[in-house]
Amino acid sequence: MSNKDELVGFKVHTMEYQTKVNKMFANRKPWKAADPCEIRSYIPGTVLKINVKVGDTVKAGESLLVLEAMKMQNQIEMPFDGKVKEICVTEGDRIPKRELMIILED
Amino acid sequence: MSLKKHILDLRKRKEKVEMGGGEKAIEKQVAMGKMTARERVLAILDQDSFTEYDLFVEHTAKDFGMDKKQLHGDGVIIGTGTVYGAPIAIFAQDFTVAGGSLGLMHARKITKIMDHALKMRVPLIGINDSGGARIQEGVNSLAGYGEIFYRNTIASGVIPQISVILGPCAGGAVYSPALTDFVFVVDQISKMFITGPGVIKTVLGEEISMEELGGARVHAETTGNAHFFAESEQECFDQIKKLITFIPWNNTQKAKEFPPKEPLFKGNIEDLIPADPRNPYDVRDVIKGIVDDGDFFEIQELFAANIVIGFGRLKGQTIGFVANQPLVLAGVLDCDSSDKAARFIRYCDSFNIPIVTLEDMPGYLPGADQEHAGVIRHGAKVLYAYSEATVPKITVILRKAYGGGYIAMNSRHLGADFMFAWPTAEIAVMGPEGAANIIFKKEIDNAENPEEMRQLKVQEYKEKFANPYVAAAKGYIDSVIEPNETRNILLHALEVSEYKDVQHPEKKHGIPPF
Repeated sequence: MSNKDELVGFKVHTMEYQTKVNKMFANRKPWKAADPCEIRSYIPGTVLKINVKVGDTVKAGESLLVLEAMKMQNQIEMPFDGKVKEICVTEGDRIPKRELMIILED
Repeated sequence: MSLKKHILDLRKRKEKVEMGGGEKAIEKQVAMGKMTARERVLAILDQDSFTEYDLFVEHTAKDFGMDKKQLHGDGVIIGTGTVYGAPIAIFAQDFTVAGGSLGLMHARKITKIMDHALKMRVPLIGINDSGGARIQEGVNSLAGYGEIFYRNTIASGVIPQISVILGPCAGGAVYSPALTDFVFVVDQISKMFITGPGVIKTVLGEEISMEELGGARVHAETTGNAHFFAESEQECFDQIKKLITFIPWNNTQKAKEFPPKEPLFKGNIEDLIPADPRNPYDVRDVIKGIVDDGDFFEIQELFAANIVIGFGRLKGQTIGFVANQPLVLAGVLDCDSSDKAARFIRYCDSFNIPIVTLEDMPGYLPGADQEHAGVIRHGAKVLYAYSEATVPKITVILRKAYGGGYIAMNSRHLGADFMFAWPTAEIAVMGPEGAANIIFKKEIDNAENPEEMRQLKVQEYKEKFANPYVAAAKGYIDSVIEPNETRNILLHALEVSEYKDVQHPEKKHGIPPF
């Protein structure tokens, strides 16, 4: 059988079992609630144009930036009326999915 | 010309075409550690059984200077042969001819042999080694791919389809293997991806090698796209040949029977299993202890190892085994293991292979990631596949059968023909700890020493309910058997299931939770 050292305590519901864990399980990330003030990319792409500056007051629906992905220029819109607190990307950046682009405040 | 001259001329023509892309290209192929397409076909098929067709096919492209280029066989070899006597249709893309790129005639050759395989109801083996679409042929290449995918789909569940990835298989091309039953990959040689490292770098700036992105190991371990992983091409061919001995040639046949053999394991099966349900063991040892000659042919060994699937024989008859693996993730069902099991169950059902399920599972894997990954719809595939299957379905519960897992793993309620349980079986809605905490909450909370009371109640629950007899009293379990009786009782169950005939309502097809 397998090497005893690889066994770990593994809780399923109320029982704890001795077992091995696979890579997928070992690498899984704990779930975190999304912060509505953090604007993250929903698709990997290139930041084409940033339409706001730090400190700007922006109305819901106005364009924050243009994210080009899959040959499509996607307008990233302001989700609510608020202010731009921080801009974490610059024009021309190639970013992956879920990358933090802009931080807002109410 | 005399007749002899004609024959000599034919030989010369053949010789030339059989060289594929020529000596230089072959040298390059060998330098990459790869065999040539022709060598591969000959290595898989029985000696002298290969007959080739469409050797003299040529491409019809005219643009971009293609009219001046001759591509031998248009970069693919097709033909028929046998593997241990089984009739086989085969195609092999030849990377030495224009990188094995797929143009219209190349695709026509492949679809021709696919049509032949389907008409003759024989297994199809496809060897993929291609740089992708032949860009000079434009939409004709895309048409070619589409026509291949269509045939893969129509032939699915009628004839066995085997894909062997022995080189790059990129872009749209990967969908043909994905539509087939079994995908074989070889370390360092196989590369499969939809978008390659180049595009990923341009779009995302992420640097990843072909091997890390879509190498053999990635597909065998992480994506589950591959079913068999080999260290070398020769090992891969041996795996293919072995697989062919286990499966029928089409969906109207049964797998060829082999001379019956006794298991190699001579000890007590129960000694393979720890009594404490929280301790692990390798369920493959149990399967090997039951099957003929200890010969268990595992499928997707490296992917979602918390469930074990594969073929073995019982008195010479091919059986599909599905078993929870307590050694990995305690044998839970999760998204990947559900997909893996469900697809295999459907394969067995399509090809008249009885299914034996060995159950020892604590339930579904808890976690936000699992729920968000859709463990509901993935898990439902297992229920769907078992319920729908009409081949003989036999379950043996070794230890735990808790909650939804009990229902999912081919329970009586999903149409199991035989339900056996070892005396160690615990069939309950949940483990004793959890159940006692809920049922006896009041008693525990009000006790002077709650922990002591909890232990007492857990013990009480264990004795009363964590056993196979409650389910047996309802007839949900047909027999509680001694572990050492397992093989004999399976043999008997199979013997009396020989003429099983179950007809479901007629329908075009169901809607499984894909």
